[in-house]
Amino acid sequence: MALPSGSDPALARLSGVSHRYGDVLALDRLDLEVREGEVLAVLGPNGAGKTTAVSLLLGTLNLQTGAARVFGSAPDAADVRLRRGAMLQVSGVPETLTVGEHLALFRAYYPSPLPTARLLEMAGLQELRDRRFGKLSGGQKQRVMFALALAGDPELVFLDEPTAGLDLDGRRRLWDEIHGLKAAGRTAVLTTHYLEEADALADRIAVIHRGRLIAEGTPEEIKSRTAGRVVRCVTTISPETARSFPEAAGVETKGQHLEVVTAEPEAVLRRMFALDPELGDLTVVGVGLEEAFLALTGDGAGPEGEL
Amino acid sequence: MAVNTARRGLLWHVRIALLETRFQFLSSLRLPAFAVPTLLFPLFFYLFFAVVFQAGGPSLTAPTYMLATYGVFGIFAPSIFGFGVGLAQERDSGALLLKRTTPMPTFAYLFARVGTAAIFGAVVVLLLFLLAGYAAGVELHRWQWFALAGAILAGVLPLSALGLAIGAWAKQQAAVAVVNLVFIAMSVLSGLWFPISMLPGFLQDFANVLPAYHLGQLALKTIDLDLGRPLWFHLVLVGGQTALCLAVAAAGFRRFSGR
Repeated sequence: MALPSGSDPALARLSGVSHRYGDVLALDRLDLEVREGEVLAVLGPNGAGKTTAVSLLLGTLNLQTGAARVFGSAPDAADVRLRRGAMLQVSGVPETLTVGEHLALFRAYYPSPLPTARLLEMAGLQELRDRRFGKLSGGQKQRVMFALALAGDPELVFLDEPTAGLDLDGRRRLWDEIHGLKAAGRTAVLTTHYLEEADALADRIAVIHRGRLIAEGTPEEIKSRTAGRVVRCVTTISPETARSFPEAAGVETKGQHLEVVTAEPEAVLRRMFALDPELGDLTVVGVGLEEAFLALTGDGAGPEGEL
Repeated sequence: MAVNTARRGLLWHVRIALLETRFQFLSSLRLPAFAVPTLLFPLFFYLFFAVVFQAGGPSLTAPTYMLATYGVFGIFAPSIFGFGVGLAQERDSGALLLKRTTPMPTFAYLFARVGTAAIFGAVVVLLLFLLAGYAAGVELHRWQWFALAGAILAGVLPLSALGLAIGAWAKQQAAVAVVNLVFIAMSVLSGLWFPISMLPGFLQDFANVLPAYHLGQLALKTIDLDLGRPLWFHLVLVGGQTALCLAVAAAGFRRFSGR
């Protein structure tokens, strides 16, 4: 396959991009590159600048400082639009049209669209083809947006928080489809604030915090720098004992709860149940990104550690 | 594989524009809050004021006059609501943003909205004409029917531009209020509900700044019931007002994408 232009191996690239909304600096000299055939996860907490970065790559936001190129052209060039699909975070389509009608319209925009049946199948919408968009649940609407993003069989697809509002089943299904995209040689950029999601889907993760790229690498590399899980429960185990677990990366008490940050929650749980079979109100969740970012930035471990 | 797709043919543009229009029309038709008042209000008003009220009256002047003014009133709603409210809504919901990421040409979107207003307007005009001809007994030369219909339907463009200017600036909730206010106030002050000559003099002068007034006069001109200003006077003013609305709309869109 011919490369789009010159010697730039990136399908899409932001170079030295800064963006301001009034007094708020949303992006601060951000460099981001999307390589052919990869799934790139742009990971960051709310307000990190993920959507701004994607909007600049989509050309829906005017560039202020820096450069944005997609397929070697301006992001909103006609040729670029034909080869790229997008699922936006804030997005609805007219509620009185059916799923099938929306797909028919979007397919017509492109020279070689995916077959309707295939799109319905990918998004799990087979049963909903004749349903009006306004009658769909939030998760179903989200799946329609996914199908519309893929209508033109794009080489590059942008998914801005694609699983927001999806239930577990919907999330799994979308994950499978994103894996499928990659297997079909497509390139995808997705934004998320779940490390778990980035880990499950991406070849490469770019961590953005306060508009800056603070870490970039494979999911393994990123994970190794952010302890994986928080085990949280009400227990008689003292924080001191928990700190002695070799797998515990951090221990904290919050009210009645004990929180243990660890990359190996199973091992920690085995130890805890052995010591306190009665422990209650148990949850195991991914490390909040804010905490992960503290780990990445607080100790200056980030490649562009903040001053 | 070389991708020679940047330049799409004229045929492709026409096809997308027609498809957008088809779905825009379907979408509007299925929205009872839009379709029902748009189609029924002008007919209801005409039936009441021109048919029932004037039954057995001394002349056919009033029903004939009202055919022109309620005709313009009939195209006013689909034009201004489609753009003013529909556009604001699609912008707030993100639908417009999504379309901007696709290859859809902007012109196709505008065409679809104007086209939808024109279809609704044509249906209203047709029904009004049937009502006028058969129920009110209005008699016109054959060419006058066509000239009147043409003059009324041409008004879709200036009134769409007015809606576009509102929709480009107002948020969805505000747009509903602003559009309703402009629609009702301008209909009355332009002489679409009752003859402009019944308004006090200073309001008749004020009407010159309202595009709907000029459209009403242009429609009335085809049946010789206008106030007698020259054709060019109305055309120049409504043309200028349309240009102004488009400029205001363009500024609104620039603000939107620069955000």
